[in-house]
Amino acid sequence: MLSRLAESLFWIGRYIERADDTARIVDSYVHRMVEDPFNDESATCRSLFSILGIDVESERLRTAETLQTIVYDAGNPNSIAGALNGAYENARRSRDYISSEMWVALNTTRNELPRREAQARNFGASRYLQYVRERTSLLAGLTDATLSHDEGWRFLVLGRNLERIDMTARLLRGRVVSDENAPDWMAFLRASGAMEAFMRHTREINDANGVAAFLMLDRLFPRSVLYSLNLADECLVEIQPASQRISAGDVARLALARARGTLEFIDPRQLIDQLPELLEMLESTCFRITDAVTDRYFRHEEAVAWSSEEGL
Amino acid sequence: MRMGVVFEGDASGAWNEMFSAPGQPRPIYERLLSDLNAYQPQELRQRSDQLARTFIDRGVTFAHSGEERPFPLDLVPRILGALEWDRLARGIAQRILALEAFLDDVYGAGRIFDEGLMPRATVTSSSYYCRAAFGITPPNGVRIAVAGIDLVRDEHGNFCVLEDNVRIPSGVSYVIENRRAMTQAFSALFSDHRVHPVDGYPSRLFAALLAAAPRKATEPVIVVLSPGVHNAAYFEHVLLARMMGVELVEGRDLVCRSNHVYMRTTNGERAVHVIYRRVDDDWLDPLQFRPDTVIGVAGVVNAARAGNVVISNGIGNGIADDKLIYTYVPEFIRFYLGEKPLLDNVTTYRLDDAEVRAEVLSSLAKYVIKPVDGSGGKGIVIGPQATKAELRALHKAVAAAPRDYIAQRPVALSTHPTFVGDSIAPRHIDLRPFAVNDGDDVWVLPGGLTRVALGEGDLIVNSSRGGGSKDTWVLNDESIPFRGAVPPASARSRRYPPPPRQNDEYAFQQGEQ
Repeated sequence: MLSRLAESLFWIGRYIERADDTARIVDSYVHRMVEDPFNDESATCRSLFSILGIDVESERLRTAETLQTIVYDAGNPNSIAGALNGAYENARRSRDYISSEMWVALNTTRNELPRREAQARNFGASRYLQYVRERTSLLAGLTDATLSHDEGWRFLVLGRNLERIDMTARLLRGRVVSDENAPDWMAFLRASGAMEAFMRHTREINDANGVAAFLMLDRLFPRSVLYSLNLADECLVEIQPASQRISAGDVARLALARARGTLEFIDPRQLIDQLPELLEMLESTCFRITDAVTDRYFRHEEAVAWSSEEGL
Repeated sequence: MRMGVVFEGDASGAWNEMFSAPGQPRPIYERLLSDLNAYQPQELRQRSDQLARTFIDRGVTFAHSGEERPFPLDLVPRILGALEWDRLARGIAQRILALEAFLDDVYGAGRIFDEGLMPRATVTSSSYYCRAAFGITPPNGVRIAVAGIDLVRDEHGNFCVLEDNVRIPSGVSYVIENRRAMTQAFSALFSDHRVHPVDGYPSRLFAALLAAAPRKATEPVIVVLSPGVHNAAYFEHVLLARMMGVELVEGRDLVCRSNHVYMRTTNGERAVHVIYRRVDDDWLDPLQFRPDTVIGVAGVVNAARAGNVVISNGIGNGIADDKLIYTYVPEFIRFYLGEKPLLDNVTTYRLDDAEVRAEVLSSLAKYVIKPVDGSGGKGIVIGPQATKAELRALHKAVAAAPRDYIAQRPVALSTHPTFVGDSIAPRHIDLRPFAVNDGDDVWVLPGGLTRVALGEGDLIVNSSRGGGSKDTWVLNDESIPFRGAVPPASARSRRYPPPPRQNDEYAFQQGEQ
């Protein structure tokens, strides 16, 4: 398939997942700000910014401005509106590949956002976040149900899973780094969409190690890091050109295999102690895989430069 | 008592498509009229809003001044009878064959100059004349795979040709989308009429592009080349690529090496054989045309000259769109085809003739003056509606560069009842039928794009000037053979080469013994 198209699909996967994950994370923080009267507004906002990797200069942070930057600012690719916009722009470029249903769903979502934003200013951010999560679920469903599961779909799913790993790692790090301003484990599980699955799996919700192990290592929960790593690896295997008896040396798979090996064989009881290094490793893994995939599959011609004869 | 929709009277003096006299519908519209009368005005308003909403949701838009806008669809369809359509389609096909012969001649032997029918300077002085097109011979002789011929109906009800578009005519996606939207919003109307479908266009185009492929390409790869998402017609490029099942590429996706064209894929480079380009000549190849652009593909013209790739429509076709050349088309039909033209031109005056020019310049207010290379209604001055100052400026411009203009008799474009506000009022319309030439046969999509000028009395219908469109129906008539969507088998077979015929091989071995 066309390199440009593959790149667009990869980023559609990433942006839709980013919008979904950001909506979940913000939702859990919003809950906390509303429910906890002793909460330090500025510190909570700061914690939210640091999870999403956004630098802030302001000393005193207010909820309204924080939401503006993280949720509604369409010009910021890390915000929800910005991520949906990014998905839309990439979908425009791959409109001949994605299904009409996907395109219409994404297009109507983008057209609808300004109205939802106006509503959210009166009724609070929750309904906006709810809407975003419904639409991203719809888009994920349409991706899987209306596209052929061919190479292009694999690029999209690869992007989705890399983003999911990245976001889960960021979320965990926010909890590990600044304990008191992050949501408690309960809210935390809700933010990762893992609350109900975890409760069914175990009752001990105050066991930090148990929660971390569930989100990092569970083999069956589709948002766990290990599960996403496995899916991403399947995609990388399927994407590479077939009929090679000796592998050409896949940098992306090597990075992925290292991360996977580490998680596969770790002692789950000691997970919490090693968490900071593991999370750092995961973030750099996502970064390295994206770079390697870009180099190998999306590489573009170097920018064309024309020189005039007089100049020679 | 139900109050139906109000049809406003027509005082334009033009041919009214629906009524032959106030309150007297033409026979072909009687059924539609009684169907429409069953609706309340507010019902029509709701449906009209629903149509607009569908277009916005589906992203059926064109880009205008940096903004994505839907192309307004009017909900009163235009109807053409089978007999009339048959005559139009034959006239269009004839015209395209004559233009093909002309292009072949201009970029080849130049017979028409030798015979003295047209001075060579008329061609070489055109801004569309393209020296790079010499020596590029299309394998199946087709330079005009797709054409859009603009027709208007004059005061007496005769269709005549306003201009030919054989470079990159656009608008066919709206024909397909308009029909889809209308069948959803007004399914009842369709059950009362037998309307020819329009969704066969992409398969016809695909077959024509396959037939145009270089002979040595056994399994030709076809792409649609678009300037990118910011192009006004990007939606159409997407629709055609998707419906033909081919890749939509941009210049940066293609690379030329040793006169072969490849597209960059995740699995290395893949050869391309036919480029259905929606990029103007000027932007197509920085080595041949404008050197300051990176929209196109460097080297693609030489690859075409080497016969490794076919650029469709051909480069240099613009010469046939030049409005001074247009005045010669009826002569082309007689000269190249030895036939009598089935469709007339609008009466047009060549301003390179000193006598004609003097006559026109002395009474500019009586004519419509058009630049020979304008499109989208740009630069047209309608004499009877122009101010004194405009006419003075025009006089100066024409006198200074007579080759750059033509003069036409002002035609009152026919009118058609159109839903405006909450009533139905007459508005001026034109018609752009689309034709596909696969080398054996010119097929005309039944109907085409009817554009409507939404302002009262407006005569310029272009979408860039705020025009809308109408679904255009060609009714079925058993007595006239009709050629629908399915392309001929000869064209289809090239996509799926037949499996080796084992029986033949077996017979051969038998024979050898």
